[in-house]
Amino acid sequence: MSVLVFVENIEGKFKKSAFEVVSYAKTIANTLNQKLTAISIGDVSDTALESLGKYGANKILNVNSEKLKSFINQAYASIITQAAKQEEATIIVLSNSFSGKGLAPRIAAKMEAGLADGAVGLPEINENNFRIKKTAFSGKAFALTELTSVIKVIALNPNSFELRDEITTPEITTFEADLHSQDFNTIVKEIVRTTDKISLPDAEIVVSGGRGLKGPENWGIIEDLANALGAATACSKPVSDAGWRPHEEHVGQTGIAVSPNLYIAIGISGAIQHLAGVSSSKTIVVINKDPEAPFFKVADYGIVGDAFEIVPKITSAIKALKES
Amino acid sequence: MKILVCISNVPDTTSKITFSNDNTIFNTTGVQFIVNPYDEIALSKAIALTEGGKGSITVINVGEATTEPTIRKALATGADNAVRVNAFPRDSWFVAKQIAHFADGKDFDLILLGRESIDYNGNQVASLVGELLNIPSISIAKKIDITENTAIVEREIEGGKEIINVSLPIIVGTAEGVAEPRIPNMRGIMSARTKPLEVVEPIDVPLLVKVVQYEIPPSRGAVTLVDASSPEKLVELLHTQARVI
Repeated sequence: MSVLVFVENIEGKFKKSAFEVVSYAKTIANTLNQKLTAISIGDVSDTALESLGKYGANKILNVNSEKLKSFINQAYASIITQAAKQEEATIIVLSNSFSGKGLAPRIAAKMEAGLADGAVGLPEINENNFRIKKTAFSGKAFALTELTSVIKVIALNPNSFELRDEITTPEITTFEADLHSQDFNTIVKEIVRTTDKISLPDAEIVVSGGRGLKGPENWGIIEDLANALGAATACSKPVSDAGWRPHEEHVGQTGIAVSPNLYIAIGISGAIQHLAGVSSSKTIVVINKDPEAPFFKVADYGIVGDAFEIVPKITSAIKALKES
Repeated sequence: MKILVCISNVPDTTSKITFSNDNTIFNTTGVQFIVNPYDEIALSKAIALTEGGKGSITVINVGEATTEPTIRKALATGADNAVRVNAFPRDSWFVAKQIAHFADGKDFDLILLGRESIDYNGNQVASLVGELLNIPSISIAKKIDITENTAIVEREIEGGKEIINVSLPIIVGTAEGVAEPRIPNMRGIMSARTKPLEVVEPIDVPLLVKVVQYEIPPSRGAVTLVDASSPEKLVELLHTQARVI
């Protein structure tokens, strides 16, 4: 038996969330005294594949195909399921990324496996049960979930597991999966990347603006601060509803849930729906002119005052810190 | 076009979430239930696609009799008929099996549902049903355009979007921006009472996952306030105390 981890690449490169799932899966494999096999699909160089050895991959199955360079849900699910069977894997780990969210259930359905999606920690494993903590109620709670099936699929939330170095020299082998035309029903026509922006769900720092900024023309101070910090930008629901910012920046119960190391909320009062989406952030900073804003109750640090005066000063202080 | 919209009955977004019986049961006392907001987007899209007699909309809900007001709301908003699978929606796998069982062989061109329910946030049902019916699934769509038998769907990805071309039938999970929200008008509310709502019994599904216990996120300590006149102090605290920058 073994643990199988799917490592997602973006244009041939692995991001931090890919290393997180490898390191997480390795920790589980160690607990169970099993080997860790990683599977990569697309066009990834051997050097990139070898980098997975830093976090303990014993073996890497490489599916290198031009046809599979972009994400094709059904084909990917077929490949990973076939690999799991070959490797006799009983635990399959992947990232709860946008693609992972579509992929994990299809794999689980193929294998009649229980799925823990949005996992936020390592499983508690003992002879009789396998339990894992996952987010529920849009960040308002966690659910300790027991997987009772033989095969188990885990989709790990980005930024929920600290990397643990464990150097191995993985054996890289080509994996040939048996695919059919129906696995290729979807055709990716185009990928549009906003290259200048940091992706929100896996950002380590997020700078978020609310109605307190008064209008889209004032977003410069948010962007300047985000640039200084290497952070992603986000917003509250009223802001995206008003069309000041795109929907994909909306953080909260009906938007994206984030769990960065640092979440800076500027001019956001902190409605319960918004707080749900940010409650797993490690450190929360709130800047608001209203001392009664509910957001201060869940913040670690706060400044009561005018964002238009305060934020540029913070940006300068951060630039000074980075230069020193 | 024949569309199936899957709706789930969830606590209102303003609800405070609490649990009882040693944190094992979600406490529904005093909680208002609504159509899952993402499913409302799916329904609104279905209405836009079928307006002017261009098709029909069936809504399906897996739930006990208490969910009927939510189903009636969907009928009032614009669905033509509804099906309730008479069972507590135990988990995503259970719900997906019921939906797939119902939809199998009924020739729906399009199955729409919200990208996730705001209670258990599985984001699983679209992909599970897709797999069970052996049709393509797109779990988080930002835009859906349909011409005859082909859909062009924009899917969210990290740091951008992907534009996908796919032939119907498909199942799609809808996110914000897919459709202008629809709300029931008086005529809709009146007609909803007489629209057909069929109740069917569930099929058996083996248990693969169960929630053992819930947990409320730990509350943070008191906020450390920094004076507005010295914002650089905040940067220092984030650097030396919180160590996040």
